[in-house]
Amino acid sequence: MWIYEKKLQYPVRVRSKDLKMAKALLSQYGGPDGELSASLRYLTQRYAMPTGKTKALLTDIGTEEMAHVEIIATMIHQIIRDASPEELKEAGLGGYYAQNGKDLYWVDAEGVPWTAAYVRAVGDPVADLMEDMAAEQKARAVYEHLISMTREPDIIAPLRFLWQREIVHFQRFGEALQHIYDYLDSRHYFQMGKDHPLY
Amino acid sequence: MKDSRDKRSREELIRAIQEYEFAAVELNLYLDNFPRHKDALEDYNYITKVLNQLKAEYEKGFGPLKNFGEDMSDYPWQWVDEPWPWDYGY
Repeated sequence: MWIYEKKLQYPVRVRSKDLKMAKALLSQYGGPDGELSASLRYLTQRYAMPTGKTKALLTDIGTEEMAHVEIIATMIHQIIRDASPEELKEAGLGGYYAQNGKDLYWVDAEGVPWTAAYVRAVGDPVADLMEDMAAEQKARAVYEHLISMTREPDIIAPLRFLWQREIVHFQRFGEALQHIYDYLDSRHYFQMGKDHPLY
Repeated sequence: MKDSRDKRSREELIRAIQEYEFAAVELNLYLDNFPRHKDALEDYNYITKVLNQLKAEYEKGFGPLKNFGEDMSDYPWQWVDEPWPWDYGY
């Protein structure tokens, strides 16, 4: 069950009409290491997690990432909403506008559509949490690229917030991984692996 | 005049909610890993209490933040009221 709350997690008031920046921001909407990938990755990996703590963490970070999808969408929406078709075309968003109008659509900054292949889930808590930690680092790097591309304070503020969240999530996933190592070292290891051919 | 005053207090309230909710989310994720950390739990419960008060105050003035049976509505059904977050930016 999920409940929508009719507000953003962080305020977004973008007055800039930097359409090229809107195009670059699509990387964090429908890109490989974007917020949609993050949310769906954690929410689908939670089912095979072995402990209450890891089930909780993946549910909660996966939910927070949905709020980040909304922040990125809001930034792009506010930049493009008053732009003319000609302006969009000049900024390299002509194809995007032709296909999607001013809807938000899950493509990356180059127009490549989002695919489930960006996400892996192998049913192994160590492998999955390692992927999650790598994903947070990749998203952090992309936010640093985006921040380096603009001087607009209205755009930088939410990007800095999202950048900081990647760092916190990385830390929490690292703690969860240590917890899983401790758990696997306990007697539960053989219970969990009993249907595996090696055991 | 009334409009600008309402708008300001709406923004102030949402901003306060966002600040307290930020602390709640941080403590929530931390507690997922360290559920026996008593200080963090006390902080979470305190922050949650204040956050609920702020949300109640917001909803009294500006309508429900949540639907699906979470918050009640005045007549007519307020959930459909503009502005929505992506337009308003809060």
